[in-house]
Amino acid sequence: MIGYKLDIRILNSDNQRNPKSTTRILARSMTGASALRSVSGTFTLVSLAGWLVTCGVMADDWRQFRGPQGAAVSEDLGLPATLDAQKNVLWKAPLVGRGISSPIIVGDRVFITCSSGTQNERLHVICFNLSDGSQRWTRQFWATGRTTVHEKISVAAPTPTSDGKRVFALFSSNDLVCLDLDGNLIWLRGLTLDYPNASNSLGLSASPVTAGDILITQVETDSEAFVAGIDVATGINRWKIDRARHADWTSPMLQEGRDGKPVVILQSSSGVTAIDPATGSTAWNWVSATSTIPSGAVRGQNLYVISGGITALQPDPAGQSPHELWRSNLLRANISSPVLWDDGIFTVNDAGVLTRGKLADGSRAWQLRLKGPFTASPVADAHHLYLVNEAGLLQVVDPAKPEGEVVSELDLGETILATPSIAGRALYVRSDAHLWKIGK
Amino acid sequence: MSRGLQRLNVRPRLLRSLAIFALLGHLAATSPAEVAAGVSPDLAREIQAIRAVGLEGAGNPQASAAWTKLSALDGAAMPELLNAMDGANALAANWLRAAIEAIADREFRSTNNAVAGDLGRFLLDARHDSKPRRLAFDLLTRLDPSTGEALLAGMLNDPSPDLRAEAVQKLIRQASQVMSRSNQPAARILFQQALGFARTAPQIDEIAKSLRDLGEKLDLPAVFGFVTHWKVVGPFDSTGGKGFAAVYPPEEKLDFEGEYDGKSGKAKWQEFVTTDDYGLVSLNKPFSPLKGVAGYACAEFFSDRDQEVELRLGSENAWKLWLNGKFLFGQNEYHLNKAIDQYRMNGQLHRGRNLILVKLCQNEQKEDWAGDWDFQLRVCDPQGAPIRSSTAVAQAGSGAGGAATP
Repeated sequence: MIGYKLDIRILNSDNQRNPKSTTRILARSMTGASALRSVSGTFTLVSLAGWLVTCGVMADDWRQFRGPQGAAVSEDLGLPATLDAQKNVLWKAPLVGRGISSPIIVGDRVFITCSSGTQNERLHVICFNLSDGSQRWTRQFWATGRTTVHEKISVAAPTPTSDGKRVFALFSSNDLVCLDLDGNLIWLRGLTLDYPNASNSLGLSASPVTAGDILITQVETDSEAFVAGIDVATGINRWKIDRARHADWTSPMLQEGRDGKPVVILQSSSGVTAIDPATGSTAWNWVSATSTIPSGAVRGQNLYVISGGITALQPDPAGQSPHELWRSNLLRANISSPVLWDDGIFTVNDAGVLTRGKLADGSRAWQLRLKGPFTASPVADAHHLYLVNEAGLLQVVDPAKPEGEVVSELDLGETILATPSIAGRALYVRSDAHLWKIGK
Repeated sequence: MSRGLQRLNVRPRLLRSLAIFALLGHLAATSPAEVAAGVSPDLAREIQAIRAVGLEGAGNPQASAAWTKLSALDGAAMPELLNAMDGANALAANWLRAAIEAIADREFRSTNNAVAGDLGRFLLDARHDSKPRRLAFDLLTRLDPSTGEALLAGMLNDPSPDLRAEAVQKLIRQASQVMSRSNQPAARILFQQALGFARTAPQIDEIAKSLRDLGEKLDLPAVFGFVTHWKVVGPFDSTGGKGFAAVYPPEEKLDFEGEYDGKSGKAKWQEFVTTDDYGLVSLNKPFSPLKGVAGYACAEFFSDRDQEVELRLGSENAWKLWLNGKFLFGQNEYHLNKAIDQYRMNGQLHRGRNLILVKLCQNEQKEDWAGDWDFQLRVCDPQGAPIRSSTAVAQAGSGAGGAATP
C-alpha cells in the first residue's frame, strides 16, 4: 500500500442545457468524486489514510455516490478482470422498485433505495447481507413531495450515504430519511414540504454527503435552490444557504482544504463554490460556465471541473479563487462523471468513447470506443476500469495498455443506468429489478 | 394452500372472511367514536410526540425517542398505531409506518399471527385514512401474499386511491392477458371495467390506449376530466423572465371586457376551447408562437355544492394558479418536463360559479424543444375522481362564487 497517493477527483461535465435530451437526464446519476491510486507526487498513503479516517471511512466501505471521497476508485486489488456469469456473479437479489441510485456498502451490509407505485410514490430503503444477498430489512415511506420524473430518471435517483452508524436516504421527492444500520428510524424530513418550490420535473439526483456531524444536501432547481447542512443526529438544519435558481443534477463533493479541514465543493452552471461544512460560509468561488449534470473530480487540493471540456484548478495560496492549470476540450464528459486513475483522467461520452487524458496538462493520450451508450459513470480498482452501458453490458478496461483495451465483458441483460459500487473485492451493480454482486 | 397459510391455521378462515367482506364492499361495524378512542393512554404521549412533528425537523428529537419506544412494542400494538395514523400529517404517517414495520419484522418471524384479524378489520373499515389501510394491506400481504391478491378483487371502488390503484392494476393485467389470447371482446369488457374505476393518470392513459387499440372511441379529455373551455388573454411582456413576478391587470381584476397594453399591441380576452386529448391549452394557438411572453387563461367552473377539491395542473412553463381570487401555487420552471397531475393543489369550490385563473409564462429559449407554451388542468376529488363543471348549475345561473378578482 505504500506509495499510494490521495487522488481525489471530481466528476462533472460540460453539457449544454437541454433538459429534454437523454444526455442531460442520465447525467444526474454521476456526481461526486475522489480516488486513490499510485501517482507520483501528491499525498502518500499515510496522508490518504489520515484523510479517510478524518472522514470516518473504513477501508472496505463504499458509503456514498462513487465511494470514498466520491472518487469512484477503490484501492481493492481483488476485483476480477475476466468476467464470467457462472463464476463471477456471486449473487443476484431482486429489487422491489426502480432506481438509478447506487448501492452503498457499510461493513457487512449493502443498502439501496428504490421507488415503486403507479406514481412512484412509494419509497424504499433496503438492506442486504453483503455475504449472500439475503434481505436483512426493508423500510418503506410515502413520498411527501412531487414524484414526476423523466422516464430515465427515478424517484430513487440520489445515492444514499452513511457515516458508518446511520444511513441517509434522499429521494427525488425530497424525502430524506435517516435510519440506523438496523433499520431503526432516527429522523425524517420532507424537504418539499419545507421548501415547496424546490422541485424539478425531470427529477432531482444530487446525492448527499456527510462531513463530520453534518449532512450536506444540495437541492438546486429553477424555482428554488439551496444547500442545507443538516445535523446528522436530529435532522434539523444547522444552516441553509440560498443558491442560484438553476436546475442542477450534480452532487456535492468533499475536498481537503488548505488548512487540512474538509470543504464542500458545490458545482453549478455558473461555476464552483467551496463552502465550510460546519457553517455553510463560502471559502471561495470560481466562476465559469460549468456542467450541471456530471460532477467533477478531486485529487488532493486540485479540482477537475467539467467546464470547457475539463478544466483543472489548483488552489490559491491566499485562499482566493483557484487558478486554472489547464483547460482541455478534448476531454468530454456529457453524462458520466470522469475518473482520475494513476496520472490520467478518464471521460466517457454518451456515445461510448472512452478518453484518457493526461492529468498534467489535459492532453489526450488515447481514445477507445466502447459499446455504449452510457449513463452510469465508470468506476475503477487498482488495475481496471469498470463501465456498464445502458443495455447492461459490463466492460472491463485495462487503462494501463498503451491505447487502452477491453479485457472482458459480461452481459447482465437488463437496462442499467446506475453507477456501480466497489467494496470487499466485489462490484455491486443495480438495475430497476436486480442487484448483482460480482467478484471472485 | 400456501406455506404461510399452512403455518397459521387461522389464516384460511381469515382470508375467506376478508375476501368476502372486500367483495361485498362491506364496512366493519366500528363506530367513529371507537376509532377515535383507539389510542390507549399508555401510548398517548409517544403518539402525540410523533404526531407533533412539523416542518424543518421540528419535533424530530422527541419523535425519535418516542419511535424507539413504540417500535419495541409487540404485535398487539399494531392496531393502535394504525389508528394513530388517522389524521396524522404526512411526516407523522411515515414515522408511524416505520414503527409498525419494525414491530412486524419481529412479530412476523414467529407463528403468532393473532394480529392478522385486527389488521383485516382495520383494512376493511373504510373510514380509516388511506395510508394506514394501505399499510394494513401490505402487512396482511406480507403474512400471506394470497390474502392480498384475494382482497384486491373487492377493492376496485375502494376510497383509498392507493388500494384502488392496486386493484385496477390487477384488472389491467388480467385484461392484457386476455387480449394476448386474442379474446378481444372479453379484453374490451375488462378494460372498460378498469377504466370505470381507474383514478391515476398513468392507469387511465394505459387503459385508454388499449381500448383505442381495440377500436374503442374515447373522449379522453372527458375521461380525465380536463377543463377544456377557457378565456385567454395576452401576450404580456416577460422578457428576461420578468413576467412571472410581474402583476398584469388580469391578476388585479378579472374583466373579460377589458383591453390591456400587451407586448405586441392591445390584448383582449378571447374564447379558447382545447380539443387536445390531454386537455392541453396551448397559448401558441391564439397568440402564435412567441418568446418572452406571459398570458392568462381563465375558466368558469360551476359546482353544485361547496366542496374541497384538488386542482391538478401539468405544464413545462412557469405558471401561477388562483381559485376564486386565492393564490394557490406557482412554479418558475421552464421546459424540463410536463405530466398529467404534475402539481396538485387543494382548493375550495363554492356552490355556483368559480373562477380558475392560470398565468402561463414562456421564456426565451430558442431550442426546438422549448417551443411549448401550454398547460393542462383538471379538478378532482381527494380520491382522484374527476369533477366536471356542472352544466345544470351553469344553466340555472350562478349563485355564490364568481369572484370578480382572480
